[in-house]
Amino acid sequence: MFTGVMVNTWIAATAVAIIAGVTGFFAVLRGSTFAAHTIPNGAFAGAAGASLLGLNPFAGLAVFSVAGALGIAGLSRRSRPDVATALTFVMMLGIGALFVSWSSQYAQEAYSLLFGEVFGVSTDEVLPILVLGALSIAAIVVMFRPLMLSSALPEVAAARGVPPRRMDLAFLLVMALATSMTVPVVGALLMFSLMIGPAAAARSLTARPVLAMTLSVVIALVTVWTGIVASYQSNWPLGFFVGILGAAFFLAGRAYAAIRRDRTERSSDRPANPGLVPG
Amino acid sequence: MHYVFEPGFFASGPVHVALAVGTVVAITSAVVGVFTVTRGQSFAGHSLADIATTGGSGAFLVGVNQFWGYLAFGAGAAAFMEMIGIQRRRGRDVATGVVLGAALGLAALFLYLGTQYSTTTGASFTILFGSIFVLTPSTVPALIASALLALATVAALARVLLLTSLSPDIAAARGVPVRAVGAAFLMALAVSVALSAMIIGAVLSTALLIGPAATALRLAKSPVRAAITAAVLGVLAIWIGIVLAYDSFYWPPAGRGWPVSFFVVTLIVGGYLITYLRRDRQSAPQENVDAEQACSPA
Amino acid sequence: MTTNDLLTLDHVSVRLGGREILQDVSFGIQAGQFTGLIGPNGAGKTTLLKVILGLQPVTSGAVLLDGSPRSPRDASIGYVPQKLGIEPDMPLRVKDVVSLGLDGHKFGLRLPSRARRELVSDMLTAVGAQRYADARIGELSGGEQQRVMIAHALISRPKLLLLDEPLANLDISSEQGIVSVLGRLARAERVAVLLSAHDMNPLMPVMDRIVYVAAGRVAVGDTDEVVQPEVLSRLYGQHVDVIRVHGRILVVAAPEGVDEAEAAAEDAGVIR
Repeated sequence: MFTGVMVNTWIAATAVAIIAGVTGFFAVLRGSTFAAHTIPNGAFAGAAGASLLGLNPFAGLAVFSVAGALGIAGLSRRSRPDVATALTFVMMLGIGALFVSWSSQYAQEAYSLLFGEVFGVSTDEVLPILVLGALSIAAIVVMFRPLMLSSALPEVAAARGVPPRRMDLAFLLVMALATSMTVPVVGALLMFSLMIGPAAAARSLTARPVLAMTLSVVIALVTVWTGIVASYQSNWPLGFFVGILGAAFFLAGRAYAAIRRDRTERSSDRPANPGLVPG
Repeated sequence: MHYVFEPGFFASGPVHVALAVGTVVAITSAVVGVFTVTRGQSFAGHSLADIATTGGSGAFLVGVNQFWGYLAFGAGAAAFMEMIGIQRRRGRDVATGVVLGAALGLAALFLYLGTQYSTTTGASFTILFGSIFVLTPSTVPALIASALLALATVAALARVLLLTSLSPDIAAARGVPVRAVGAAFLMALAVSVALSAMIIGAVLSTALLIGPAATALRLAKSPVRAAITAAVLGVLAIWIGIVLAYDSFYWPPAGRGWPVSFFVVTLIVGGYLITYLRRDRQSAPQENVDAEQACSPA
Repeated sequence: MTTNDLLTLDHVSVRLGGREILQDVSFGIQAGQFTGLIGPNGAGKTTLLKVILGLQPVTSGAVLLDGSPRSPRDASIGYVPQKLGIEPDMPLRVKDVVSLGLDGHKFGLRLPSRARRELVSDMLTAVGAQRYADARIGELSGGEQQRVMIAHALISRPKLLLLDEPLANLDISSEQGIVSVLGRLARAERVAVLLSAHDMNPLMPVMDRIVYVAAGRVAVGDTDEVVQPEVLSRLYGQHVDVIRVHGRILVVAAPEGVDEAEAAAEDAGVIR
């Protein structure tokens, strides 16, 4: 399992998990869960179009990811964000349906773009993945403080000259970039699970940002590695294991948070946060 | 007229069924959608469509009628989401996302297992987009009954839902069981979305749920008018979409036709965008920067 | 507190997350009385209102309406919350919102009726909101929304009207408008009013009595009885000055480090 072609798989999957962990931390923080689902799925439609035109599907992925980011950001200026995301989602998939119907041999590729072909990653595919991954991480590191500020305290950020809408767009574009490198490897649906599950679990465990982001990456790595082993042994798709493990970690995180909250409420000499008054 | 309605359109049996079922689904989705959008549950509505679709694959795999698979997974997911029951919107969306991720993982598994037993290379496509022209007339009565049930539930809850959206505190003080009402609505949403996902695919299900409702909310000021407007828009999108899809058999590339989903989605999104043309001179809605409310997309 | 009070709070305490939000609060409100629930932010005013509405359980004590405990479907208390958490696209016109005040808590459909329409229209006129009856609720200003929500609360003829910081985000003229509407309607409809605020001055023209809340405890009575340095200092648990200037009352907490005896001696020499 650790030799030859599988080496590429391990490298690619590890890179993807790190990207997903970092990007997912912010997606969960900013409440962009829907966008994290929409951008990869839209990207899939672009790959179909590119393949139709005889172009590199990678290019189609990139173009449609970016288009998705722009669509969501653009529509959100005038509408509710979740409506904007839903409409962007259906529009991109509608176009994707058109492309797929025109192309006669896309069906099998469709499966792999949705669910990933991590076991078939070739050596010359690994390098672009690593490069793009590094770029995405670099972008996030550069934007880290304004991004954190505008995620947690949008008013303060605006007052300090960080326009919230620009940060929205910037983050969506980073997500688009991350998506275009990961979708060929783990598939559109899987990228979403990897972004949300581990990050959500990490958030239940700690509120400290850097620690949560680190935990998010760690949990994503554990999820992916476990998934690869299980998938290799059973031949069942990687997406299945990632989805289930993501949910399991999330529930474990919530359980831990609930237990810790109970214990805090029982000790009566600690002043409570007034914001926790129920009702 | 001859150019719009190609010969044989009105005589076609599958077209009749498609129009009838499509109309019921469009109306139900639109009305449920008005409340879904108002309550900020668009992501839940979309996720439930994907989750229900997973249930359909599972049912297909074990040889059970897909109808039950869709319904069971949809209702089960709704119950689970309600149980996790996080009150704040962001927490709720994250929980929804995790459930969706798990369901998509299951979908991958079901599809994989399915390909072990048959060559369903087109399965993933059909699952996402459905095919309204391939319905069997025998399932139609059950579908319509379920849709009407979901519609009736939402109609009965309408006032209470509006009051709760206006102010949950006022509703609770007047004795409204806010949590239970929310759960009941989520169930109605799950049933409505499961049905539409089964008939027209997950993508169109979301489009018909959110699009006409969002457009209607921009045009109509009262709840009744919003519901009627949304229903009209949804039905028009389906009918015109079906007509165009039928016509497109004669368009290039020859003999295959363009998918209904493309037309319906384009009509819906187009209709939504058109409402912005006449209002461009008005200022954009205020940035609501209440930290609790700030649901930025990114 | 007397036995024929409309609303009675009997030694109510609320403890949350290890903190005493309200301590041994007792007072009564009589029919038709206009009472100000005054106090600084964080003192427990909102919690107190929620207790009365049944939204917050008490740790000890009782809340009685007309002598008996409040039942969940009691329609005799109207409530105007501080803020509406609605989006601009909310499909409710002002007249729809007021109509919901009659039956928004009921299930099922109802047919439109002329009697209801007239009732809504009359109520809107009474609060001065008739001219925007057809506007979307989400497009109104804060003051306009307050009027609508007052109409919403009053249309079902409650005996007691609770308002949570209705003046908090209003400009001066809107403030005065709301106060005069409330004062007029309270008399006309014979509704008791309990209104929370952190500044008592705008309410002086209409307020009969004051319930002053600070640090979870209350002092109840006429304004002149309650708003005194000794009474308030006891409530706050630290030295508090009361300054009256040009007919306005200011309650000022002393800076840290003020010697209590010194401050009291100074007070004795202050001329009012």
